[in-house]
Amino acid sequence: MKTLLPFLKPYRKECIISPLFKLLEAVLELFVPLMMAAVIDKGILQNDIGYVWRMGGLLVVLALLGFGCSATAQFFAAKAATGFAADAKSALFAHIQRFSFTQLDTLGAPTLINRMTTDMNQVQTGVNMTLRLLLRSPFIVVGATIMAFTVDAKVALIFLALLPLLTAVVVGVMRLTLPRHRKVQGQLDQVLLHTRENLTGVRVLRAFNKQEREIEQNQRDNELLCAMQLKVGRISALMNPITFLLVNAALIVLLFSGAWQVQGGLLTQGAVVALVNYLNQILVELIKLANLILTITKALACAGRVESVMELPSGMEDSSDPLLPSGDMEIRVQFDHVCARYEGAGGDSISDVSFTALQGQTIGVIGGTGSGKSTLINLIPRFYDASAGMVKVDGVDVKRQDPEKLRERIAVVPQHAALFQGTIRENLLWGKQSATDEELWEALQTAQAAEVVAGKEHGLDEEIEQGGRNLSGGQKQRLTIARALVRKPEILILDDSASALDYATDAALRNALREMPNPATVFIVSQRASSIRFADQILVLDDGTLAGIGTHDELLERCPVYQEIYYSQYPKEAA
Amino acid sequence: MNNRKQTLSTVLAYVGRYKRYLLLSLVLCMLTVAATLSIPILTGNVIDLLVGPGQVKMEGLLPLLLQIGALIAITALSQWLMGLCNNQMTYRTVRDIRVDVFNHIQELPLSYLDMHPTGDIVSRVITDVDQFADGLLLGFTQLFSGVLTILGTLGFMYSVNWIIATAVVVITPLSLLVATFIAKRTYAMFSLQTKTRGEQTGLIDEMITNQKVVRAFGTEGAVQERFDEVNQRLCQASKKAIFFSSLTNPATRFINALVYACVGVAGAVVSISMGGVGLSIGQLAAFLSYANQYTKPFNEISGVVTELQGALACARRVFDLMEQPVETPDAAKELAQVDGSVCLDDVSFSYTPQRKLIQHFNLSVAPGQRIAIVGPTGCGKTTLINLLMRFYDVNEGQIRVSGQAVTDVTRHSLRQSFGMVLQETWLKTGTIRENILMGRENATDEEMIEAAKATHAHSFIKRLPNGYDTLISEDGGNLSQGEKQLLCITRIMLALPPMLILDEATSSIDTRTELRIQRAFEKLMKGRTSFIVAHRLSTIQSADIILVMNDGNVIEQGTHEALLAKNGFYAKLYNSQFAA
Repeated sequence: MKTLLPFLKPYRKECIISPLFKLLEAVLELFVPLMMAAVIDKGILQNDIGYVWRMGGLLVVLALLGFGCSATAQFFAAKAATGFAADAKSALFAHIQRFSFTQLDTLGAPTLINRMTTDMNQVQTGVNMTLRLLLRSPFIVVGATIMAFTVDAKVALIFLALLPLLTAVVVGVMRLTLPRHRKVQGQLDQVLLHTRENLTGVRVLRAFNKQEREIEQNQRDNELLCAMQLKVGRISALMNPITFLLVNAALIVLLFSGAWQVQGGLLTQGAVVALVNYLNQILVELIKLANLILTITKALACAGRVESVMELPSGMEDSSDPLLPSGDMEIRVQFDHVCARYEGAGGDSISDVSFTALQGQTIGVIGGTGSGKSTLINLIPRFYDASAGMVKVDGVDVKRQDPEKLRERIAVVPQHAALFQGTIRENLLWGKQSATDEELWEALQTAQAAEVVAGKEHGLDEEIEQGGRNLSGGQKQRLTIARALVRKPEILILDDSASALDYATDAALRNALREMPNPATVFIVSQRASSIRFADQILVLDDGTLAGIGTHDELLERCPVYQEIYYSQYPKEAA
Repeated sequence: MNNRKQTLSTVLAYVGRYKRYLLLSLVLCMLTVAATLSIPILTGNVIDLLVGPGQVKMEGLLPLLLQIGALIAITALSQWLMGLCNNQMTYRTVRDIRVDVFNHIQELPLSYLDMHPTGDIVSRVITDVDQFADGLLLGFTQLFSGVLTILGTLGFMYSVNWIIATAVVVITPLSLLVATFIAKRTYAMFSLQTKTRGEQTGLIDEMITNQKVVRAFGTEGAVQERFDEVNQRLCQASKKAIFFSSLTNPATRFINALVYACVGVAGAVVSISMGGVGLSIGQLAAFLSYANQYTKPFNEISGVVTELQGALACARRVFDLMEQPVETPDAAKELAQVDGSVCLDDVSFSYTPQRKLIQHFNLSVAPGQRIAIVGPTGCGKTTLINLLMRFYDVNEGQIRVSGQAVTDVTRHSLRQSFGMVLQETWLKTGTIRENILMGRENATDEEMIEAAKATHAHSFIKRLPNGYDTLISEDGGNLSQGEKQLLCITRIMLALPPMLILDEATSSIDTRTELRIQRAFEKLMKGRTSFIVAHRLSTIQSADIILVMNDGNVIEQGTHEALLAKNGFYAKLYNSQFAA
């Protein structure tokens, strides 16, 4: 709770006021049986109608006061809970936005999204309920006992004996059921997983005629789930009857000993009624308390998960005294014996890579999966840090540069074409906020995306749905390329970003890139030999090392890895 | 309305299987309510005995206490048994529905499954069924016991004193009024909260999934601003919704207190004015207990009703899925003696009538031929796979395999004669062995290993921690794309069906593995009729027939040379690949 609790601090006032008013309401409620006892003993038994009316009026006033108190409490609880959740979410989001790419990789988007949404909602409910109820229920239980003592100490001993017993039952049932509930949840996840798998793999399953077996497995999973649920149910079904039994057993003892007290003149009839009422109050609050404990346990588990994300130190260290590269540079990117290793990985993803990319050059990067292509280009905008060696952009070590200024000069087109909800224009402006429409169209033209936008009813103002659902894969990719071009970057990185384009579009794109007025230094990562064939330099990566560097013809002559790749795609030319 | 009735009758049919539990539960419920309501009366009787010092009739006390004890025991026992009955009924019904839905899904046509997001169907099977069970079954018992309690209390109260009873009856609707007033008022606030929350979730989803893009363009600040704006709106909306809805409890408690005060005052006044004849103190005490018990179900009922409506909506969603028409029934005949010839005779097909795809398509494939399907991205290459495997039925014309119309034989036997490797590899959660044996369940270990060796999968499998018994997580998360593909090919290698459908991978596989996959494909294809969605030139060039697709239709058909000579769409596609 160390990292989340501070977010409650601005709501300290609310956090005190809310439970306080709840307590006030509870105190008022605790007076009711006493007043009723007075009505019986003084009003009825002494035939005082005026007294009855006065007490009745007082009861209504108490009720009104109680309502006012509890409404106040609810208001401050809601204010504190929602404010707390909003502040914590905003901080968590900012924290995530400072994570290094390595951290984003290890945590994964689904986890982070879950923490931000479902978990935070549960925490909010938990805070709200805690403020409202956590103090109230135990207070009423204890308060009713204390009030019983003020009525009659001897009979009240029954209450004292009852409390530990009830606590034992509530805690015992919780202890027995909570771990079992978790197991049930696990089995439900299993059913869910199997159902989802059955749907995603429906073609394969039907191709292999496996429906029967799937049905059997599902039946087994569900039988098991049902059996587990029944087992837990058997235990939790005990809770209410046992507490009922205990409280009412206490009632019998109370009536019996109360009778003797009354006989001896130590207790009045009204007092016995009051004691019975206190007992009933305890029973009602106990049921509420049990539900509350469930909610809080859930919220605490969620809070723990949120905190584990919050507690991760964020990001990489930035240089305190950033250097700004001066003027035009002939050498754009330089790798000097660079190694990079992902966190927790056994070995380097790339090791000892050196090369130099000049202004306006096209650099092809080719190699198999896991050969380190993406790692290499991710080092240029310093998405990851090199573990050894030095990456220089415009002559200055990237670690010595202001990351924002560095990334402003670089545009990356990621492998996975990601567009955002909003108009096409808004998406393109990510590249450069101040870009004019002409600049946008220019970029679209180069990216072979002009026809895509022109074909839309609203042109640049066409709305893109979340995740770009209303666009095809190829259209999305072309738009992400255009977005990068809007920036007019010094360095353009295409990370296997033409994979959804057909050969013709891919070729047209490469031509257009070459013919740009101020050609950027372009890195093209690809699996297709045709995409990088005409690059000024081709970097051939094999298992993290630079297996070759040179032009297509040079490499074809002397680089065996390149030959292997090339001929696997163009076997005819091998002859 | 009719719809709701239909849903209800389906629900009843399901619950009806556990009629015994339902009936027992209802009987126990009545018993519980009756016993619970009798306890205050008896307690009142005891209190009436406690008149004053020296006047307590001890001999009358014991039998009353014994009766109370018996009632307590009965209540506790019937409460417990009722809980058990409800559990049996609820969990078993849930299980039955889940099993039935799942079985139904197995028979749904792919056209339905393709059109409905997996997440939606899964949430129907899991979340909706749960919500339905919670809401409908528990809500129902709550409603039943609530109504019984109210009726019982009313009966008891009127039998004791009609004046006070009437006073209570007049006041209670107030709490119902207040509850519905609040519910109506908060509905708009809740919908605003839900809407804003959805907006925020969407934003979070988008920005975190694509966090790397956000960072690459340095837009963290703008994104945070957008987030904070939505976040503040959500905070305000939530605050209002939570606060106003949380007034329900204090408000009903307030009404409760009014009822309580009313009973107390009315009771006392009646008692005094009638000189202790109309109402004894014990009866007043019983009334006071009732005043507490009586209003509670009233407060609950309004909640239960909305819950029931929600549950019914959930049930509707589940039953909607179960009422979807299943695939056309299978023919009885098995497809036997497959020689590998395939014939498409004047086939027309489209997913929706609005968008025509394949039109009057003819193709004749001799046994052992290779057919390459090529075309730009999104041209509908998978449509042909769908038709060959009979995942979809043609609209017009006929597909014949070994001279038999595919509609005349069982799907089972048709699909068995095809081996299919899709680009989107799919593996089942389970061991490597289980996945390979999907090809042929009764294969021996030797046969399995032999198949794995033939596809060059053996070498990587044997390096895995537990070899063939290594567990693969959902969708093969711990394997590389290439390894997954090799496993999928091994499955087919083990089955060795007479015809193949292969989908070449476009990218993302390292060259070494790719070479292996190619070799494995070659081995598989030898002597088998093969349909290949091709991306590699070598595959395309060596095909007997090339089908060129664009916009969902087959536009050209022929050999590589013939198509080049034709200088049409294929020639353009081919040339663009080399002319950079």
